[in-house]
Amino acid sequence: MTLLQPGFFSSLPVQNALLIGAGAALLSGAAGVFTVLRGQSFAGHALADVSAAGGAMAYLLGISPLLGFFSLSVLGALALEALGTRRAAGRDLAAGIVLGAGMGITALLLYLDVTVKGSAGAAVTVMFGSLFATPPGLGRAVALGALAGLLGLGFIYRPLLLASLDGELAKADGVNTRLLGAVYLLLLALAVTLSAMAVGAILSTALLIGPAAAALRLARSPVAAMGLAALLGLGCAWGGVWLAYQSYGWTPGHVWPVSFFITALVLVVYAAASLARRA
Amino acid sequence: MFAPYMLDAWIVATLVALAAGCAGYFVVLRGAGFAAHALPMAAFPGAALAGLLGIARFYGLAVFALGGVAGLAWLKRAQRPDAATALVLVALLGLGALFLSLSGQYSNAVYALLFGQILGVGPADLPPAFAIGLGVPLALLACFRPLTYSAIAPDLAAARGLSGAGLDLLFLGLLAVTSAVALPIAGALLVFTLMVGPAAAARHLTRAPLPALGLSMALALVIAWAALALAYLTGLPSGFFVGTLSAAAYLAARLKR
Repeated sequence: MTLLQPGFFSSLPVQNALLIGAGAALLSGAAGVFTVLRGQSFAGHALADVSAAGGAMAYLLGISPLLGFFSLSVLGALALEALGTRRAAGRDLAAGIVLGAGMGITALLLYLDVTVKGSAGAAVTVMFGSLFATPPGLGRAVALGALAGLLGLGFIYRPLLLASLDGELAKADGVNTRLLGAVYLLLLALAVTLSAMAVGAILSTALLIGPAAAALRLARSPVAAMGLAALLGLGCAWGGVWLAYQSYGWTPGHVWPVSFFITALVLVVYAAASLARRA
Repeated sequence: MFAPYMLDAWIVATLVALAAGCAGYFVVLRGAGFAAHALPMAAFPGAALAGLLGIARFYGLAVFALGGVAGLAWLKRAQRPDAATALVLVALLGLGALFLSLSGQYSNAVYALLFGQILGVGPADLPPAFAIGLGVPLALLACFRPLTYSAIAPDLAAARGLSGAGLDLLFLGLLAVTSAVALPIAGALLVFTLMVGPAAAARHLTRAPLPALGLSMALALVIAWAALALAYLTGLPSGFFVGTLSAAAYLAARLKR
């Protein structure tokens, strides 16, 4: 049995998929560490759901999906910031309301995509992604976005870590936690956008939360956790692309969704990390 | 709008709104927003698998939704429950995507299951809708005091011998059944909206438990009816109106205070 079907690396769609998967996984893994530390998994998931409206809008207007996803997830981040209250319970509620409004708008836009534009596959691409069918130029844009996001994260890393672990202490230290929180939400919106390009809007949470939660169990310091999360995410993304490529041979002529493999691998990695910690 | 073929849609929308409005009050009170979002998502692959195997959709939905309850109860003990919940949620969605992809009716089914098809309900949807529309509010009202008590003062409730875990399981079970029945109609994403929006608005308008519960159910009902009417008149998807009207109700209630 050959490990790789012929043409894996020479195929253009695969190269594009590997590049997008890498960009999305690296930034989401690193940013996700803070999402998990701050207990904002639901907020991250809500941003992803809202960004789906942007993906649907991009079809309708004929603009780049990257721009569509990003503009709406920034709007979602602003809405979360405006509604967000200090208490954790109130924050969950705000996330729920923002998410619900976003989903309603997504329903309308996807409907218009099909009826006005005739893009029958829009619902699948926006919600669950179709990594092998992305436009060729997108890989480079995602790589650039990931690089910018990682630089931004490196820039605010120290105060953000302090504010995430102990908000009161950070305030006493003269950190503007509100501004910091807003900048962080923007970076989160970027990470969610890139992940949505790879695995679709509602599955992007997998790349954001999974590798980060697993890494936080294994690593001893936050920096190590960020690095490990990025690597674990990369492994899951590339592993998923490879498995999906292989699946062409399992059910003749039918490729299983890449997103299924990536989310399944993420869950496996997380479960393995939990068990490893307990053992 | 009130033609005979629309009658089923009106009845089902009414019953689903009653159940969602009532369950939503407790979702908001108990801070269970994430669980309420996760359960319909957990049920989603059930519908997809039922389609693949050719069995009745309700069985697939019920099995996966109740499995979701077991998963949530188990994950509560994890180190970071919200991260674990998010992961299981997306893994199940991914599984649903796989089932739909294998059954070869990908795009239409994705849209219908996520966003619902209220205009597509038929007589077969009536019995389960009646069961939850009446059963869920009755069951929740029967447990009104312990459910409220354990949410507001968990320590006090435990001291009086109320089992928090048992109540939680019962509550999540009712949420799961509601999700399973409402999913084909309102869609996996919007069942949740109908639960959280009206209830959160009602809590902003009044703090007293029973009036807030009644107001939540009334708001859910008005939103569901308005969404159905607007969907019929404009030809646009009902999910759009359910989602935006729920958020608008919440915002209006917030601004009013």
